[in-house]
Amino acid sequence: MSFSIKKQGEICVVDVEGQLIVGNRQELKQKVLDELEKGEKKFLIDFSQTGYIDSSGLGVLVSLSKKIREQGGELRLANLNDDLKTLFELTKLDTLFQIADTRERALESF
Amino acid sequence: MTADRDSGEQRRATHPHVAFDRLIPSDVREIEPIVEEVTRECRELALSARQCALNVPVALTEALSNAILRGNRGIRDKHVRVRAVVSDNALVLEVADEGAGFDLDACTIDPTRPGSVEREDGRGLFLMRALMDRVERYEADERNVVRLTLHRS
Repeated sequence: MSFSIKKQGEICVVDVEGQLIVGNRQELKQKVLDELEKGEKKFLIDFSQTGYIDSSGLGVLVSLSKKIREQGGELRLANLNDDLKTLFELTKLDTLFQIADTRERALESF
Repeated sequence: MTADRDSGEQRRATHPHVAFDRLIPSDVREIEPIVEEVTRECRELALSARQCALNVPVALTEALSNAILRGNRGIRDKHVRVRAVVSDNALVLEVADEGAGFDLDACTIDPTRPGSVEREDGRGLFLMRALMDRVERYEADERNVVRLTLHRS
């Protein structure tokens, strides 16, 4: 499991490889918060290489969405597979996040 | 001889048997490899792709996380036991910790209610209930056990 952040234009693109769960969620949170502190405003989290997400991983996404919004920024999610989409629908988090089918569409939506 | 082996295989096919039994220290880093092992067993036992990719890993991660962080309060010397019992009809996961237990019926947080969607916590038990057919808690041998039952789909 790992998280990588790359700049694509003015957008920070975060790839989540593996699981986003209780054992590693703080790493993702800190990486995004570090970028936010540097002044970055636009974030895209891409789940194309993600296995599953637990409740604490979902909690970190909610926390990040609030912190990014508080700083006047924007967060998009992309590439949820069918299982992850179900997870977001079950928890109604699909109503909280802007979710795109592909990375390209997410990038265009800013 | 053949008849004995056949009847033995039939018993294994019709009666529940333990497919997995492991004791782990209370460390959240233990969760991912254990969940991977159990999920691999589930694939070999021909549970559905959805159950192997979503229901089992997420619900088991929640149960392990609760056992390690709440039941055993993250004290590494305390252990969590994970068992998987399989039958023709269902998978039963049992996660036992050394904590005092909790009142399952009193935990009724619904994070999908209006105003609750932006909560950062409170989704663990909700997800276990949503992804499993039954969630129970009981005490055995001075251990607090959460039992998750998932019927084959």
